[in-house]
Amino acid sequence: MNLLSIVLFLPLIGFFVVLFTPRQSKAPFYTALLATVATFLLSLGLLAPATANGAQFSSVINALWTDVPGLQIHLHLGVDGISVWLVLLTTLLLPIGVWISDSMIRERHKTFFALLLLFEFGLLGVFTALDLFVFYVFWEIALVPMYIMVGSWGRGMRGPVAVKFFVYTMLGSVLMLGSILYLHSITGTFDYVDIMSGLNSGSFTLRPAQQMVLFLGFFAAFAVKVPIFPLHTWLPNTYTQAPAPATFLLAAVMSKMGVYGLLRFSLTLTAAGAHSAARWVSVLAIIGIIYGALLALVQTNIKRLIAYSSISHLGFIVLGIFSFRQQGADGAVYQMLAHGISTGALFVLAGYLEQRRGSLEISDFGGVANVAPGLSTAFMIALLASVGLPALCNFVGEFLLLQGAALAKFSWAAWAAIGVILSAAYMLWMYQRTFLGKLNTQIGEFADLRARDWAPLLPLIALMVWLGIYTQSFLPAISSATSHLLEQTNMNNQYQVLANPVRPEVADVR
Amino acid sequence: MSGNYLPQAIDYLRFLPEIVLSVFGIVIMLLEALMRASARRASLGGVALFGLAVAFLANLWAASNPGAAFSGMIVVDGYGTFFRGLVLVVGALCVLNSLSYLDREKSQTGEFYALLLFSVVGQCVLATAADLIMVFIGLEISSIASYILAGYLRDDRRNNESALKYFLLGSFATAFLLYGIAWIYGLTGSTNLAQIRTVLDQGASSTLVAGLAAALLFVGFAFKVSVVPFQIWAPDVYQGAASPVSAFLSAGPKAAAFAILFRVFMVSFRPLNARWIWLVWGCALLTMIVGNFAALLQTNVKRMLGYSSIAHAGYVLVALAASSQIGIAAAMFYLASYALMNIGAFAVISYIAARNERFVKIDDLAGLGRREPVTAALLAIFVFSLIGVPLTGGFFGKFYVFQAALNSHLVWLTVIGLINSAIAAYYYLKIIVAIYMKEPGESMEHLAPPALSLRIAIWASALGVLILGIFPGTLLSMATSSAALFR
Repeated sequence: MNLLSIVLFLPLIGFFVVLFTPRQSKAPFYTALLATVATFLLSLGLLAPATANGAQFSSVINALWTDVPGLQIHLHLGVDGISVWLVLLTTLLLPIGVWISDSMIRERHKTFFALLLLFEFGLLGVFTALDLFVFYVFWEIALVPMYIMVGSWGRGMRGPVAVKFFVYTMLGSVLMLGSILYLHSITGTFDYVDIMSGLNSGSFTLRPAQQMVLFLGFFAAFAVKVPIFPLHTWLPNTYTQAPAPATFLLAAVMSKMGVYGLLRFSLTLTAAGAHSAARWVSVLAIIGIIYGALLALVQTNIKRLIAYSSISHLGFIVLGIFSFRQQGADGAVYQMLAHGISTGALFVLAGYLEQRRGSLEISDFGGVANVAPGLSTAFMIALLASVGLPALCNFVGEFLLLQGAALAKFSWAAWAAIGVILSAAYMLWMYQRTFLGKLNTQIGEFADLRARDWAPLLPLIALMVWLGIYTQSFLPAISSATSHLLEQTNMNNQYQVLANPVRPEVADVR
Repeated sequence: MSGNYLPQAIDYLRFLPEIVLSVFGIVIMLLEALMRASARRASLGGVALFGLAVAFLANLWAASNPGAAFSGMIVVDGYGTFFRGLVLVVGALCVLNSLSYLDREKSQTGEFYALLLFSVVGQCVLATAADLIMVFIGLEISSIASYILAGYLRDDRRNNESALKYFLLGSFATAFLLYGIAWIYGLTGSTNLAQIRTVLDQGASSTLVAGLAAALLFVGFAFKVSVVPFQIWAPDVYQGAASPVSAFLSAGPKAAAFAILFRVFMVSFRPLNARWIWLVWGCALLTMIVGNFAALLQTNVKRMLGYSSIAHAGYVLVALAASSQIGIAAAMFYLASYALMNIGAFAVISYIAARNERFVKIDDLAGLGRREPVTAALLAIFVFSLIGVPLTGGFFGKFYVFQAALNSHLVWLTVIGLINSAIAAYYYLKIIVAIYMKEPGESMEHLAPPALSLRIAIWASALGVLILGIFPGTLLSMATSSAALFR
């Protein structure tokens, strides 16, 4: 048995086991916790082979799924120096999601835990798929449980909000499906590795016009998921109405699906398309950075504020990816992890605040530090990590991203840097109104964090520091993968510019 | 054709499923006449199920001796066997659906099951017809039984309306079809599908007139499969008929009519492809758009599924527009998965509806997730399959249809179709919102667990949908290989 297949299918097995646990008991919780923790521990085993040579895919699964003439689909999965980190991020954050759900989800636990496990299965598939068809399948599998979680356990106008989330995402992803089908009609395969080697050997070429069409199809799906301005309108409502554990997972891991897709597929398969689109995509990313930050500044709801800050932060990642520079790509991967951890922590803490106060309006708080010093301190650390304080995780990511952007075009980095300044402003202002000053007299009982509340936070805080200081434990593997990826991007891009196969003898052999 | 018009034993073998079903239909009517008034009529449903099972085996037996029968009137090939099998499964699922429904409505009779079997006979004939005369006969057998089924609950106003609309528009369509057949006969001197092709291939006759004849036939079929602009009857009929009948009408007759539509156009009218492809292209586009956008506004589940069935007919037409072997295979797979998911959805709805179908609004499904979590989860599977979410049959069907379209360079049709399927998610999700995200209402108060027969039907459909979605290989290879032999 391949380790990756165990890591991938363990959550699915957990899903079925949870379905058969008794409803009125703790059994669903313990089953889900056991499954997710075991998945995490096992996934650590993927690290060594994947980082030994970050550019190669390791732990590869390649099994035939359907063998119909004209429709050969392989269940082809593997991890390299980029995806292994996202797999670990997912497997780490899922047990935390399960843990906080235990206290934050008040009814129908069983279904919720089952959906969490299905969601993990989908996400792991997205981050490891090496076949475009399989990628699409997992992409949608991850969507369905999240939709049900938002719609069933959310607050307020959860139904319409969840439907908007689903339909919006689906509109993007069907266009991606169109691109996948189009690519298949040109190349005759869905396999990413095969397509890449075909492109590299020149056995088929994609004309710039074709690449542009393909790029736009993929981009539609990824841009909605990231989200890139102006496709972000589903996000604030979804994040705000979703139950706390779902918001946590949406922001911390699900938002990485889009940027991962851009980096993995858009940049390599449609290199020329990505290059010619880079200008306007970067402009949209910068608009997103500043627009998200400005809107965050005027929010009165903590969750909504963090949601808009997420739009801003993800704009940086997109900007870095479309700089086509080593630093930008490294920074993108690094920031995916950093953002997952810091924003994840912020949403966990927001969940605690909501649990204690029943609301997340900033005006309902004030002076919380007086009664809950532990919660306030933890919030401060996560917040400082999020705004990019040196020695904490986001600093490294943002630094690399801005460096990459500056190398591509200095004015872009300059504009984007405004977002860094604004992020300090809105975050600290929110902190001041929520935690500092005199205690809001309407706050009655307000318990500080208990040990069980700290449990999910401590690993996150530790990682914030680790990622902020010991960059060497992460960067080499990331760099070797991203440099390989950029090499392919440049090569494919140059091929397209030359518009003929560089090694014709290979094409002849075929 | 040979001069010997006396049927051989092999002819009867190839026609065996139809014979079996007809015999069982008649036996059910006789048994009912002999039964005492107090006897339980539901046992006749069991007889019907048995008849369908025997016919299914007969179909497999017939398939092992492929070829033409009755001087080329019918032909048993992979394609015909596939659709015969499909309509037989549809029939069996609908019998299972009806058992508890008719008990609840206190209208349990043998007549219902006999009519259902006769309708399936007509569909089997359609699946294997190789001559326009057989097409007409099959369509009539199937339709006349369906008209009566649509109005089966005769004291119900909506049932009457449904049956009358279905009958009037259906006969109107048949007239078009017959007129088209007459033109074709005048033009080519034959009603045999293969011979028509041979004559058209020679190019002796005017392609304009042949094209008009093809258009007349298309209008006739378009009515039956509810293609825009001939769709107006569908929502009214599906809403008005009893739920198990609606399920049947949207799956069986539709699949059979599509089967013969593909056969006529891909065999006889293949030489005219350049003429009819744009007609089909336009109809496919309109059908998807009209079906989906009209469904967005519905509050009645049955009516919404009626419009959704129009939209799905549009997707199948996309496969016809592709006019390739892969298109045929895609349509076969699509119709099979559509039949399963739609019957499943209608089965759950007929379960919620209660006596006299009081609860058929989307809001009446509210809270099903709390009251009957298992049934709700199965309904969710059907709905996600109708949307086209991966790991369900609906997804693979759509995927394959659009792949066929793209391979035939129908780029715009593919793009618009894909966007349509995302828009469709909006109205299907209303069902999910109702069952999982709303509090139970009046409809949930007296909801008893589903009857065993209904549960079997729902589970069987759901398993079918999932198997087609996770392991599509078997059915797809079957469809692909029979499409490859399509002549």
